[in-house]
Amino acid sequence: MKPDSADPDSADPDSAEPDSDAQFLELTATLRRRGFTLDVSLSVARGEVLAVLGPNGSGKSTLLGVLAGLLRPDVGRVVLAGKVLTDTAAGVHVPTHHRGVGLLAQQALLFPHLTALANVAFGPRCHGVGRGEAAERAERLLAEVDVAELARRRPSQLSGGQAQRVALARALAGEPELLLLDEPLAALDVDSAPALRGLLRRVMRGSGMDSPDSPSTTGLLVTHDVLDALVLADRVIVMTGGSIVEQGPTRDVLTRPRSPFAARIAGLNLVPGVGSAGGLRTADGTTVAGRDSGEGLADGSAAVAVFPPSAVAVFRHRPDGSPRNVVQVRLAGMEPRGEVIRLRAEPVDGGPPWVAGLAADVTPAAVADLAGVEVLAPGARLWFAVKAAEVQVHAAAR
Amino acid sequence: MGLPVALWIPAVLAFALIALPVVGMIVRADLSRLPQLVTSDAALAALRLSVETGAMSTLICLLLGGPLAAVLARSRSPLVRLARPVVLLPLVLPPVVGGLALLYTLGRTGPAGRLLNLWFGVTVPFTTAAVVLAQTFVSLPFLVVSLEGALRTAGERYEAVAATLGASPFTAFRRVTVPLVLPGLGSGLVLAFARALGEFGATVSFAGSLQGTTQTLPLLVYQQREVDTDGAIALSLVLVVVAIVVIAVARPRVAEGLR
Repeated sequence: MKPDSADPDSADPDSAEPDSDAQFLELTATLRRRGFTLDVSLSVARGEVLAVLGPNGSGKSTLLGVLAGLLRPDVGRVVLAGKVLTDTAAGVHVPTHHRGVGLLAQQALLFPHLTALANVAFGPRCHGVGRGEAAERAERLLAEVDVAELARRRPSQLSGGQAQRVALARALAGEPELLLLDEPLAALDVDSAPALRGLLRRVMRGSGMDSPDSPSTTGLLVTHDVLDALVLADRVIVMTGGSIVEQGPTRDVLTRPRSPFAARIAGLNLVPGVGSAGGLRTADGTTVAGRDSGEGLADGSAAVAVFPPSAVAVFRHRPDGSPRNVVQVRLAGMEPRGEVIRLRAEPVDGGPPWVAGLAADVTPAAVADLAGVEVLAPGARLWFAVKAAEVQVHAAAR
Repeated sequence: MGLPVALWIPAVLAFALIALPVVGMIVRADLSRLPQLVTSDAALAALRLSVETGAMSTLICLLLGGPLAAVLARSRSPLVRLARPVVLLPLVLPPVVGGLALLYTLGRTGPAGRLLNLWFGVTVPFTTAAVVLAQTFVSLPFLVVSLEGALRTAGERYEAVAATLGASPFTAFRRVTVPLVLPGLGSGLVLAFARALGEFGATVSFAGSLQGTTQTLPLLVYQQREVDTDGAIALSLVLVVVAIVVIAVARPRVAEGLR
């Protein structure tokens, strides 16, 4: 099971795990490059997945480089699983190949001269595992990522999605203590990304088919995609200009973003709950109808319904006879956003609390219609409606 | 697409300048006596010496030039950056000058030659070893440049991935880098061998032209050109055939590059 890490700022008092487990990975690093300073301090618990969000140039890749040992911080200390990997004060810098840190990058970077099987067996072979045993392990892992039949193919004969699956198997084959995921889905087309996201979830969350009880993988996920963070990560840090500007549990950061970047990438309405037939059930029992995004959502497991503000229709009176999700809200605020006006919702008294922060983008003409004879002002009671087809229900990390 | 017609005229002229002389030589050749001419004692000795010294030079290029290319491609040392243009020197230097430079360095009175003579009793100039050295001098940049290009194209990303999988720098080099640059290495070796085979200026000034010891095929062709024109042309054709084979073998790989 995963340690409860709802509040990253305080140690979990109920945890029976030793202290080193709560801080499985600890990193502090300062690194100066021309016009840029990375200054980061973070810790990750065993089995936890931490998403790193941030605009280009915010230092995400530099952070991964420091963890992988490809970059040396000017000042810093990295401890993983009780082993000091980097300590500038003591002059320690464990080279990349002795770190036990795996990497899955945006490009699969499979070795082009080796078959898929030999690519996956590469790590075990480097660790001194015999040829036959390494091949066996590689076959097992290829089966686990659903590409067993591609074992004999060369990378040039694989599609992007297939190659990335093989690359994932290869990264896992070395049994890394920490898996770095550097935008692993960014280069995939829209058809193969959800399937691989589901696979990553299965692998990272330790619910692999072969070994349902295996511990989940500790990971650091750099991503631009809010869905990746939602589906895969327990916690999120948001980086800007080389520093962490925001951090917390994934849904808290994305539903109540405090940094401009988090707000912009969130840009979506999120409703937390659990999976249920035909959609999602919120904590207060409301069912939000939506489409399963195909990432292996199970009934009753943590899920999140996601829909864009543009998909929300707004009414003064409850719309009748419509097969849509309809909820009454109170208008919390209005802000112009280009061609549209974004309406923000807050709960009505006694109404469902999860509507807090929901956004609806409507045209100025629609706002005028809504206002009618009165002026539309915060506090007004409105109905938000969303078609089920516009709502994607994703399995959520927690 | 949209190529100005005016470019075709100089383009055709340039091509003719390269292709026509070869045609002219084939026309001038006495094809009926060809087998006889290329199998004379002097010709066979020269051919054999050329192939042997060329192979030896290519091997030295591989053993010394390969590591040099790796250092040039991967090292971030400022000293290496300064050294890089020096490696290209034999490409732009007239070979005769290169041969003289070798002679004044490794000759009996040269700084290195004197020590060799003093310590080992070895004299390099005007020996087969001098031929190999002269050929290595001129062909080394061909291997280094094409291999360095292949190493840069392959990039360090694969090596970084190999390291995250637990491969030591040596293992990553052997199991990832070398296979990746194999096509570039192959074409570099072929080009280096071709350059060694055709070497004239540096050889003649550093090793002289002694039959059986230092007289390679190009040197024999030059010596025969007035004494026995037909023989010189026949031997030249042998070199043309070798050149065509080299282009056929090496060029597709150069164009193909790395996937």
